[in-house]
Amino acid sequence: MTSDTSKKIRTLIVDDEDLARQVLREFLSAHPEIEIVAECANGFEAVKCATELEPDLLFLDIQMPKLDGFEVLELIGANRAVVFVTAYDAFAIRAFEVHAVDYLLKPIGAERFNAALERAKERLSGKLQTAPLPAMELAASARPPSQYLDRIPVRDGTSVFIIPVAKLDYAEAQDDYVALASGGKKHLKQQTISSLEAALDPSRFLRIHRSCIVNLERVVKIEPFGKDTHVAVLAGGTQLPVSRAGHARLRAFLDR
Amino acid sequence: MHPILAQLRRLLLYLLGWIPLAGMLTYLLAVPGGLSWLEATTVAFVLCLLYAFVCLAAWYPCQATPLEQSGLSRFLFTHVAGALVASGLWLFAARILGRMLASLDDYRGIDTRLTKDFPLLFATGVLLYLLAVGFHYVLLAVEASREAEARVMQASVLAREAELRALKAQVNPHFLFNSLNSISALTTSDAPKAREMCILLGDFLRRTLGLGEKAAIPLEEEISLIHAFLAVEKIRYGARLQMEEKIDPEALDAQVPPLLLQPLVENAVGHGIANLVEGGWIRLAAERRDGELSIVVENLFDPEAPPRRKSGVGLANVRQRLEARYGNRAKFATSVDGSCFRVAISLPAESKERVP
Repeated sequence: MTSDTSKKIRTLIVDDEDLARQVLREFLSAHPEIEIVAECANGFEAVKCATELEPDLLFLDIQMPKLDGFEVLELIGANRAVVFVTAYDAFAIRAFEVHAVDYLLKPIGAERFNAALERAKERLSGKLQTAPLPAMELAASARPPSQYLDRIPVRDGTSVFIIPVAKLDYAEAQDDYVALASGGKKHLKQQTISSLEAALDPSRFLRIHRSCIVNLERVVKIEPFGKDTHVAVLAGGTQLPVSRAGHARLRAFLDR
Repeated sequence: MHPILAQLRRLLLYLLGWIPLAGMLTYLLAVPGGLSWLEATTVAFVLCLLYAFVCLAAWYPCQATPLEQSGLSRFLFTHVAGALVASGLWLFAARILGRMLASLDDYRGIDTRLTKDFPLLFATGVLLYLLAVGFHYVLLAVEASREAEARVMQASVLAREAELRALKAQVNPHFLFNSLNSISALTTSDAPKAREMCILLGDFLRRTLGLGEKAAIPLEEEISLIHAFLAVEKIRYGARLQMEEKIDPEALDAQVPPLLLQPLVENAVGHGIANLVEGGWIRLAAERRDGELSIVVENLFDPEAPPRRKSGVGLANVRQRLEARYGNRAKFATSVDGSCFRVAISLPAESKERVP
């Protein structure tokens, strides 16, 4: 790395505790190639700063107000190096499943910190290759088994909305995105419908079509539509396409 | 399994108990019954040996007809019918025995003489069976009380274990890790403050150390432990953490299990304040009224906070310990009112001298 300003590694520190940020700042100050672009104290701020400032490297706490570290990562995408910093060792496996560069345990030692920074630099210079996977797919796969989503964070520009799954009416695939319909509004999220399906509780949500997942509580009736297909009518009057396989699944569910 | 047949020693004792009964029967058969002493002895001992085993069968109707739960008519019917059947069997056995003995020289003609004693034998059979019924009810009662005793023992062992497990789990290691990280930050920026935090942390840990062995401490001591805990957390969270207290002075000397409230306050910090960007308050209130100590811990929290791991374990521990120690004399309730989380506890207000 050179001392050229344009080549500096743009770094974001995210931790809700002032003193914890202070340690990171101190350790980073020994590395002139690092430029701290901002410090954030909660998940919303972190998403905002990461989107606006596009840092190369994030030091990310896990348990924070508003959004936890995994949710932040899910919203900002995985195209940057992330080092998790936490007092809890229990998240380590999940952290590496979302391709974190490293996982630092508090209290952090300088030596261990420098090793993590070295790894981060290797990752950024392309020496440490990992298969690039969209962060959302990873977030879904890294969820502890038997634990389904109870809220879905979505980002619109720099602001974040939280949709509790109980308020999700249905989800529709739109190219690389899913449109999440909740209370008459739609929120777009970069995620495949299959990974969303896997993250939702199958006793409450059902894939009724290649491009559609529905909240079963919202389904009022099923009507025939054309020769082989049906539509599901929701409480608000919305009609959703139901494929043949989807119809069989839906019938099996409603008959129970 | 029949409790007497289960052990050879018990069976031998039981049969020994029948010897005096056989003796009495010998007398009955010889004097009013008109048999010779030799005949009476033989018949009485053989029949008693047989009947000892027949009477063991009374265990099953006794078990099926518990004293407290069965009506009188069912009770009488079961055992009288049992007695008639058993005694009938006995007479049948006596008849066969009489015939077998009659073929021997010493017992010639015994079968006809024995037949005259049948009413006597039948009545004795009925009485002996009813005696056996009484004996078996005593046996059942002994066994039930022994089981109850074992259950109480087991329950107290379980309660003790739960308490120890709870106490072990309480000083959360993550609290320690985070505090050490804060100290590490302060060493370069504010060394005196780092030292202060080391001392506060040491003070808190020392106070918790000895507590595991104590059954109860005054509420005052528990509150000062909470102060030591909050003094450390206050350095980490700064102005985000505010504590409000309303403690009835009369409540201060009431005895509480050690580390009962500290996990609740820790929970309020970790699941409440830690998730609030601007921070918030924790309120602790205690009062003593009519022999009851009621304690309320309330805190602000963000209902839309990201889900945290292990939430509720601290609460479950406190609930378990209260249950183990006070049974239904203690109450534990949690409630949510908007963005306020509330834990309310009440327990018997015991003073020092009444606590073992």
